[in-house]
Amino acid sequence: MKAFTQLNGLVCPLDRANVDTDAIIPKQFLKSIKRSGFGPYLFDEWRYLDHGEPGMVCSSRPLNNDFVLNQPRYRNAKILLTRDNFGCGSSREHAPWAIEDYGIQVIIAPSFADIFFGNCYKNGILPIVAPVGIVDQLFRECFATPDYRLRVDLETQTVRNPAGEWFSFDITPHRKHCLMNGLDEIGLTLQHADEIRAFENQHKAAQPWLFN
Amino acid sequence: MAGKTLYDKLWESHVVREESDGTCLLYIDRHLVHEVTSPQAFEGMRLAGRRPWRSSSVVAVPDHNTPTKDWDQGIRDPISSLQVETLDQNIKEFGALVYFPFKHANQGIIHVIGPENGTTLPGMTVVCGDSHTSTHGAFGALAHGIGTSEVEHVLATQTLITKKSKRMLIKIDGQLGKGVTAKDVALAVIGRIGTAGGTGCAIEFGGSVIRSLSMEGRMTICNMAIEAGARAGLIAADDKTIAYLKGRPYAPKDADWDRAVAYWNTLHSDADAQFDNVLELKGEEISPQVTWGTSPEQVLPINSRVPNPAKEADPLKRAGIERALKYMGLTADMPIEEIRIDKVFIGSCTNSRIEDLRAAAKITQGKQKAATVNQVLVVPGSGQVKRQAEAEGLDKIFLAAGFEWREPGCSMCLAMNADRLPPGERCASTSNRNFEGRQGPGGRTHLVSPEMAAAAAIAGHFVDIRTLL
Ligand code: SF4
Repeated sequence: MKAFTQLNGLVCPLDRANVDTDAIIPKQFLKSIKRSGFGPYLFDEWRYLDHGEPGMVCSSRPLNNDFVLNQPRYRNAKILLTRDNFGCGSSREHAPWAIEDYGIQVIIAPSFADIFFGNCYKNGILPIVAPVGIVDQLFRECFATPDYRLRVDLETQTVRNPAGEWFSFDITPHRKHCLMNGLDEIGLTLQHADEIRAFENQHKAAQPWLFN
Repeated sequence: MAGKTLYDKLWESHVVREESDGTCLLYIDRHLVHEVTSPQAFEGMRLAGRRPWRSSSVVAVPDHNTPTKDWDQGIRDPISSLQVETLDQNIKEFGALVYFPFKHANQGIIHVIGPENGTTLPGMTVVCGDSHTSTHGAFGALAHGIGTSEVEHVLATQTLITKKSKRMLIKIDGQLGKGVTAKDVALAVIGRIGTAGGTGCAIEFGGSVIRSLSMEGRMTICNMAIEAGARAGLIAADDKTIAYLKGRPYAPKDADWDRAVAYWNTLHSDADAQFDNVLELKGEEISPQVTWGTSPEQVLPINSRVPNPAKEADPLKRAGIERALKYMGLTADMPIEEIRIDKVFIGSCTNSRIEDLRAAAKITQGKQKAATVNQVLVVPGSGQVKRQAEAEGLDKIFLAAGFEWREPGCSMCLAMNADRLPPGERCASTSNRNFEGRQGPGGRTHLVSPEMAAAAAIAGHFVDIRTLL
């Protein structure tokens, strides 16, 4: 996993609530057995006018120019600004894989769906929960300002707008540590293998039928 | 000191270690695996040279991609076929307690085959790379949907890194009216609290209505807890749970059985347990439900009218209603009973068990599908369900009515195989999601109970099932 420390990135405003994982990456792309290469199909049904299938070359597909990600001013955005309950629906990790592969590193919303929120950290994406009032303000500024960028700093847990105003966000120390160092969670957990084994032995003694 | 909730008990009995910020390593008893969300996890294991911690915790089956007819011709879509073969190879290489490959007599939807084989037991922690893992909470098990990185983490470490959720109680007392099913209860709850109403919570369902439901009805409710945003749904184990499990292939036996039952009888919230949030509903107030929009929370009782966006004051909500009506091709204020349908799907991990099929068959018996309905798919949840239904003659009832009787699998719940809606077609579906494109790009889904789906197939439009009983 790539480490994330800070970013000064272009913001793309996706002004919708309840964006679900079927919208983020439609199910036909779940057939892949790989974990990379999903970026061109991010928001496939909204982004293209034709129907997408895995393996299609996207550079020659007809674009839906009304969709915000296709507008020239938001090309190459690194930060996605959106509304409540982003990432609801299925647990498919293809959603953060597609977002990461597209190049988005930070998502700012008033709330996220649980599983999606957790999946972001595992893929080097920083999801930031911001109060509704601040999200409203960021949307206004983003619509009004060409090349609108935000400066995200994980170390200090802050987001700064071009005017220098800032707000801070929460993140658990564990997630912060892993994200900042690009650490693999399995390796970290296996440092506690003895504890897991001890727990397992005691659990087996109490409920042997679980181990049949 | 206040007593403990069921969730507290399940949680505390699985914590391996806890960090100072509350992040825990939770021990996982049962790991359910299917072909869509596992290949990248096994690939990660292979790349890192890791072996599974305890492969006997794994129960695996291909279900999302498998075709539901012409099994002798195999899987024609090469990509689907590759996923299913990849699962075969991964299970061969990494091992499992139970594996039902494609065409096995017991193959079926993972959330159907787990319980019916007794591999889901009260007191367990159960995970699967699939959000509807919440289904297994019906057994008094703590069941989480997880992402693929977590699938890999559980394979390699037998643990999940997670934090405790808030505890919510949804108490449904009283009695359900005639024709009102577990599915209607689930939809009514989501309609009430919204798709984010349970975010961050483990929802325990209690009250006399829940106690009166069969295990299958309870699975339907817990299955849909995820559509209310909850991390898990839970129902306390009771005599019905124990009776359901007795004699199942992987349920404990002999002395283990008695010990297990004694423990399972403690798996309920204490009388003085504290919840973070409590919602009370009356069974009598729940009517048969139909979703009209593109989110499970966009749901109404059958005898109501499609909402009118002009009456919504909140601009964001108004835009949401407008977008949903446009996608669904519905007119504001039209009676739900006047919505005409093109297809019907009876299946999915929400409603494909034997009781669901019996309920649909009861309505169908002696009738014909409407001429305007061009396809009615009945897809049993597993090979066992299929055989049972055939033994009872349910397949004959469906076939005589002009319905199609298929092989088990996820089928048109998410349309990863050949069963899907063409753009613009409208489907009465017993599944759990009505998102845009869920049953095929441009397809329009209305979620209902099996009874309501069968009645709609016969009438060609939605009908209030209560008028037929
Ligand atoms: S039936 Fe539908 S919801 Fe259930 S596991 Fe299959 S695809 Fe998922």
